[in-house]
Amino acid sequence: MNNLIKGETGDWEVVIGIEVHAQIVSNSKLFSSASTKFGGEHNTQVSFVDAGMPGMLPVINWVCVEQAIRTGLGLNAKINNYSIFDRKNYFYPDLPQGYQISQFKQPIVGEGSVTIDIDDKKSKTIRIERLHLEQDAGKSLHDQHPEFSFVDLNRSGVALMEIVSMPDISSADEAQSYIKKLRSIMRYLGTCDGNMEEGSLRADINVSVRKPGDELGTRCEIKNVNSIKFIGQAIDYEARRQIELIEDSKIIDQETRLFDPKKGETRSMRSKEEAHDYRYFPDPDLLPLSFSENIIEEIKSELPELPDDKKERFQKEYSLSPYDSNILVSEIEIADFFEAVTKGRDPKIAANWITGEFFAAMNKLGFNIVDSPITIDNLSKLIKLIEENIISKRIAKDVFEIMLENNEDPEEIVEREGLKQVSNSGELEKIIDNIIANNPDQVEAVKLKPKLIGWFVGQVMKETNGKANPKLVNDLLNDKLN
Amino acid sequence: MTIDSKLVERIAKLSRISLTETEIKNLSSELDNILNWIEQLSELDTEGINPVFSSFDEEETKYRNDKVNDGGYREDIISNAPLSEDGFFLVPKVVD
Repeated sequence: MNNLIKGETGDWEVVIGIEVHAQIVSNSKLFSSASTKFGGEHNTQVSFVDAGMPGMLPVINWVCVEQAIRTGLGLNAKINNYSIFDRKNYFYPDLPQGYQISQFKQPIVGEGSVTIDIDDKKSKTIRIERLHLEQDAGKSLHDQHPEFSFVDLNRSGVALMEIVSMPDISSADEAQSYIKKLRSIMRYLGTCDGNMEEGSLRADINVSVRKPGDELGTRCEIKNVNSIKFIGQAIDYEARRQIELIEDSKIIDQETRLFDPKKGETRSMRSKEEAHDYRYFPDPDLLPLSFSENIIEEIKSELPELPDDKKERFQKEYSLSPYDSNILVSEIEIADFFEAVTKGRDPKIAANWITGEFFAAMNKLGFNIVDSPITIDNLSKLIKLIEENIISKRIAKDVFEIMLENNEDPEEIVEREGLKQVSNSGELEKIIDNIIANNPDQVEAVKLKPKLIGWFVGQVMKETNGKANPKLVNDLLNDKLN
Repeated sequence: MTIDSKLVERIAKLSRISLTETEIKNLSSELDNILNWIEQLSELDTEGINPVFSSFDEEETKYRNDKVNDGGYREDIISNAPLSEDGFFLVPKVVD
């Protein structure tokens, strides 16, 4: 696929690297025993450690370490069983310690990779440079008071994984696929809920442009983009902006920018009176983080089947297309739902129904797969009815509509409404003979134009209220008319 | 490495400390002396030796269980804040 952007002076290539901040799923914080729960009363989930009180010491939460190892394994990455916590020094009101505990030179996870799909046939590997553990900061509210910002420290100290990609991403589409894939992997692993609205997944996007084959251009970092849609818009805007600057013979400043979703543009964060100087140094309050190879092996042995493997299995085990498999494995809940529905059923019919009718209805009604108004059992029964030719596909859609209302058993609906497909050839023959007898003109016409047989099929369907078995109708008509 | 008054000013600024001219002058020479004294360590040959980050044995690392048993004392948390309102810390407006 061609990702080049046309400029006045020729084609341009976009080079993108992404840093993702993913909040770790854990009950308590990285270095304290306060709750990580989202949406609590402000400043009630804060310990003295999180508030940066003098003399308070951090003690690391082992579950957060396990989650980072788990995620690293899910990214096919090297796990470093010896890593160091450093202090990243800067002043900001929502950072009470005056430094963030992070990992700088020796992160817990080294190089790995994520595979994204470009289309049905092609995929691409995005290399991961590293993953490290760090603390989240608190939250500042700027719209509560004309002169003051309000600070809530509930989030202060919550464990984050910063996942840094190599600059292997070449378009807004690829960037979106990368984030989706990363999110899907972490959800499978249960290490990050991926909820972008609640800020559990944030992306800093590094964008630069160059003529194909040239050296890397000057990059700008777009901070804290918090939706997949905005990531696409921010990249498109930023690439375009940089190309125009260069083509105007202007210089690109290496800087941090913000994406404004209302205007759909990025703008400079003017707060760079002094270049950042984080003065990283090993945190003297924390020992190096070390664990045995056994622990890594143990965690590895308990990993769930991940999307790429599941996709491959779905294609083999159920003979599904890459396209359908992709959709079905995108979320673990969907994959599980599909496997439950298709048990003992034709997987192709099940896949078609779930990705087609079922998803469309869920979207329309604003339901999620986990709170679907139709139970697995009933959807499975509906597929059985289709599979066994008891109802036609068309009738199945009507039955499905009724099921949506109150999750009624499809077998009961079919029984009550008399929707069973007419597969009795004697009965159908009678109807067909009638139609042939009453429409001599059409009978003549079909002899010249065999395609007109469709008209007869339509008549039979009309007579039977759509309940005639279409295949049987076709066979009978072909016998009688040819 | 020498520590001149310019570097002291920069460090002070990064640390949000305001210093008088005299303090800057005194600190420059004091810090310079300290640094030179510590620099003697670089005379040691540390080739092939892993850095030591702590005098404790790493095997003794204590981990925290993933249990929530802290927090829930907002009044104590904000009691030292120069300004607070409705359970929030108040700080001069900071907007990027």
